[in-house]
This record gives sequence, C-alpha cells and structure tokens, in this order.
Amino acid sequence: MSASIPTSGIHGLMAEFESPTTLVAAANKTREAGYVDVDAYSPIPIEELHHAIGFKNTKLPLMVLIGGLLGGTGGFSLEYWVSAIAYPLNVGGKPLVSWPMFIPVTFECTILGAALTAVFGMFMLNKLPQPYHPVFNNPRFAMASRNRFFLCIEATDQQFDLDKTRAFLDTLGAHEVTTVAE
Amino acid sequence: MAQSNQPLAERTDPVAGSGTPVVIAPGHTFASVTDKISSIVLTQRTPIGWYLALLTAAGMAGLLLISLSYLVVKGIGIWGNNIPVGWAFDITNFVWWIGIGHAGTLISAILLLLKQTWRTSINRFAEAMTLFAVACAGIFPLFHTGRPWLAYWLFPIPNTMGVWPQFRSPLIWDVFAVSTYATVSALFWYVGLVPDVATLRDRAKGKFAQHVYGMMSLGWRGSARHWHRYETAYLLLAGLSTPLVVSVHSVVSFDFAVSILPGWHTTIFPPYFVAGAIYSGFAMVLTLAIPMRAIYGLEDFITMRHLQNMAKVMLLTGLIVAYGYGVEAFIAWYGGNYYEGFMMLNRINGPYWPQYWALIFCNVIFPQLLWFKNVRMNVPLLFVISIVVNIGMWLERFVIIVLSLHRDFLPSSWGMFRPTFWDWTTYVGTIGLFLTLLFLFVRLLPVISIFEMRTIVPEAKVQEGHGH
Repeated sequence: MSASIPTSGIHGLMAEFESPTTLVAAANKTREAGYVDVDAYSPIPIEELHHAIGFKNTKLPLMVLIGGLLGGTGGFSLEYWVSAIAYPLNVGGKPLVSWPMFIPVTFECTILGAALTAVFGMFMLNKLPQPYHPVFNNPRFAMASRNRFFLCIEATDQQFDLDKTRAFLDTLGAHEVTTVAE
Repeated sequence: MAQSNQPLAERTDPVAGSGTPVVIAPGHTFASVTDKISSIVLTQRTPIGWYLALLTAAGMAGLLLISLSYLVVKGIGIWGNNIPVGWAFDITNFVWWIGIGHAGTLISAILLLLKQTWRTSINRFAEAMTLFAVACAGIFPLFHTGRPWLAYWLFPIPNTMGVWPQFRSPLIWDVFAVSTYATVSALFWYVGLVPDVATLRDRAKGKFAQHVYGMMSLGWRGSARHWHRYETAYLLLAGLSTPLVVSVHSVVSFDFAVSILPGWHTTIFPPYFVAGAIYSGFAMVLTLAIPMRAIYGLEDFITMRHLQNMAKVMLLTGLIVAYGYGVEAFIAWYGGNYYEGFMMLNRINGPYWPQYWALIFCNVIFPQLLWFKNVRMNVPLLFVISIVVNIGMWLERFVIIVLSLHRDFLPSSWGMFRPTFWDWTTYVGTIGLFLTLLFLFVRLLPVISIFEMRTIVPEAKVQEGHGH
C-alpha cells in the first residue's frame, strides 16, 4: 500500500492506554489487523503481551546453556592443563588429574559462564545500551515507566498509513494517539 | 491515584487468629507505588538522622582505612593470631560476612522460584546487603595474606615465576566460589535495577540526576520484547543463583572440613554452614529492615507479613543449626575418637567456655521465643532477637575456628588467642563500611523494587475475555 502522506521523519503512531488489560486487547487487535512492525511499552512485564504483538520466543535460554557449558568445560580444561601439563606436582603420589577435586571450580565456572551469558546476552538481544530511541520524543512517554501503557505502530510497517492507521488506533479505545517523530 | 499515606499495614488482622497479614497494604496502584518508593530518592527531604547515621558509619569506615593502612605498613603481626591460632578474627569475620550475604540471594532467587510474592518488597534491599557483605568479607582473606598487592597469585594468571594455583586445595575453590558469587550477585542486583532506574530517569527533576540515571538505565524503555527477554534472563539468573548460593557456603565449609583438625573434619559442615548462613542473613535483613521501614514510613510495603515470614525462616534455619551442634557433640562422643571427644569437652569446659555457652544461648535457646506468634508480631522484640542471632552466629564461627586451633593433638603446641586493638578496629571498621554503603544505597537508588511492586497491585492482572 502506498502512503497518502509522506511518512519520512516519522517513527510511528503511538496510542496510550490506562491498563494492561486494554493494552493487551489492543495489541491483539493490531496483530489481527495485519500490522507487523509493532511494539508495546509497559511499566511492568506482562506475560500475555509478547504473544499479542506477535513476538516469538527468545533464543536466550539456548545461549545461556551454551555459555554454561563453555564455562564448565573451560574451567575443567584449565584445571587439567595447569595440574597435568603446565605445572605437574606430585603430592603424595596422588594422580595428577584427580578429577573429583576439580568439580567445585568446574561448577563455579559453569555458573559464571551461564550467568554472564544470561545478562549480557539479554542486553545484546535487546540492543541495550541504546542512548537514543524515537519513542522518547513523545512527552507522555515518561509515564511508560510509571502507570501508562503504550502501543506503537511503526512507520516501517507495510500497511502503515498516517490517516488510516490513526483511525484504526482510535477504534481501540486509546486514551490518546500521538505521532512520534524519528 | 489513591492517596493512602497512613500505614494501613499495621492493621494486620482484625479477627485474631484468622488469616495472615497482607503483602501490600490495600488501596495501592501503579502510580502510588511508583511515587512512594521513588520519592525516597527524588523528592522526600533527607532526614537529618540519615546524615548523622552516615557520618557515624563513615567514621567507622575510616577506622577500617586506618587499620588496614597500618596493617600494610607493619604486617599482620598487629593482629592477635599467631601459631597455633593462625586463623582468628579475620577468618571468623570473613565467614560471618559471607554468611550474611546468603539471605539476599535466597530471597531474590530461591523465593522467586518458589513464587513467594512477599519477597518482592525486600529483595532489592537484601541483594544490596549481599553485595556489601561480600565486599566486607573479601577484605579479610585479602589482607590476611599480608601482601594484598600480590593477591593476583590466587588466580590462574600466567606469570614469570612459572607457578600455578593448586586446584586440589579448598582455598582455591574458595577464590572461585566467592568471586563468582560476588559477580553473579552484582549482575542480579543490577539487572533488577535497570527498569527502576529508568523510572527514576523519567521522574528526576535535576539535569544531573537525569543524566546519571539515564546512563545507568541503558536506555530502558519497557518494550514488550525487552520485557520478555528480561523476564527470561531474570528467571534463569534465579535458577543459576540457587545452586550457586548453596555451593558458596559449602565451599567455605570445605576450607575447614577437608582438613584433619578435630572440630573441623566433619561431613555435616556443608549443610550446617549453609543453614547457618541463611539464619544469620535473615537476622541481618531484620536488623536492617525494621529501622528502615520505620524511618522511611514503608510499613505499607514491608508489612507484618514480611517480618513474620522472616522470623519463621530464622526459626527453621536456627533449628537446623541447633541440630548441627547436637550432631557435632553426639559424634564427638559416639565416634570414639579421643581428640574429637577432647575438642568437645574443651568447648564446653575449656578456657573459652563463656564463648561456647554464649553461642548456645544466642543461637539455640533465645530464638525459641519465635515459636510464639505474639513474639513474631512484636517488632522491637524481633529486632532484639535478630541482633542476638547476629552475635550468636559470629560466636559460632569464632568457636569453630579458634577453639579447634588452639588445642589440637599435642599439648606442647597448645596456645591461646587474644584479640588485639587492631583486631577489633578492623572488624568494627567493616561494619562501618557495610553501613556506609547501605546508607548511600538507600539515599541514591530505589530501596524496594518498584516494577516488581507494581506487578503485585490488583490492577496488574490482565482480565481474561476482555475484548479479543
């Protein structure tokens, strides 16, 4: 669809809601209307919301598993290499690779690898830190971290049309619909 | 916006004996929760008491600086520990502080996995406590080395000496366990703070505050995609922290249990240390939370329910610890080992008997008051019990460490430990450092997790079947 009004310089249209329930309902209707480039903003995590905006599951858990496994094998390999290759010490004729004694450090390294992956992986997938984002151009958006809920249909969406999309958002029971500059 | 400023939560239960007090006082909304908690940092006038308390704490922390500087100049001979008592106040304090930290992780991780919503109003604060306690703990082994500038020897770093750490030693396990614990605790705390700092960024009036909170919040905007990954990461971190916290104090107990010294060489140490850690940690949370909720008027959020639940956790872990003492004494007799038997008699009746009996009173006898609901509902008395348990848990580590070392196998190598002036100043100094960090935290960051508090107000629930 071609836009009737040029959408350059516009990030999208943002609708403001007063409760998680209305936001989730609106997000569902937006997805059903065929909009894809949609994001919702809320002061609390809402379980139903990511499905409502059509977001599939995150691959973070798999990354954390891999991070943990790398941490664990890294820790054990380090102990093996230090104790058997780099600095072999004969302590009372005990085997150089006395693996049960290596378990505590292996365990701690597993946790460390997994935890670092969980945190930095989450920030990376979320593309944070991000010092600038257009949504902050809406002066009302400061309330998104207090008690207001926002739904934004972005101008990059195929169906985006300033007038039609605004009319659509008005039907969702939004408190206010604002154009967000890029 | 519901304006309910009177502490409704004090009205715990109008009908005696039925139901439990609420987790959050009725009448709160997203807005009121946000405003109330962020006002402590942003708008409320800082109470004059805060300045006085910070000044006192910082003075004590100054004492730590002096003590440690003198130690570096003079050597660890300024402390009272010497052979045979090679570990004394330093390791006692190390284990005590690490143990205190454990309640923070327990509250933030294990109670999250168990879906205990009451944790929400105390977890932020308890996590901060963990972080500061671990910082205080780290000081002791670091300076006990005598040459803290060589502390990198503890880590497997290639060096010109061609020497590597000994991975069969529990002391090196400790290095890995404690540094992992400190790292993961800091990450957990920071991840939890990000959405709240974004709230502060959006609500701060001053340019400087907006900038600092803005940078700390990393540009958090509450996007649904972000929240989803955030919740996944948070839950995974909780799952990872749970075995971690159990492992840390187990590894600390290995420092003792893997040796062959009577009084240390027992298999009950790991579980009994972990229970003791949680016991002392909850005692510390109560010691800190009770004055804080009174000073900042947070009775709506830290309700009687929280205080009661923490008292119950203390009672349970206290009983596990008491069981540990019982088993130690029983095995000393039943095991038939002469040296173990002597160790136990020496505790009961040796030169340090006042410390041993004070420990039994503080950790086993006095906390039995918590069986009574009237006691659990009595805030000043809870405060007193929490202090007594803190003292008791410190004494426990003192008894385990010093009493086992001072009389081992050979009477010709027996000795006594007496703390010196510098032993006391270093210990008091770390308490000062801990309190200084805590007061700064209370003033500068949201002391209760705002976004998690929002999730437990009634309007946070998405109503089913409302438009589709």
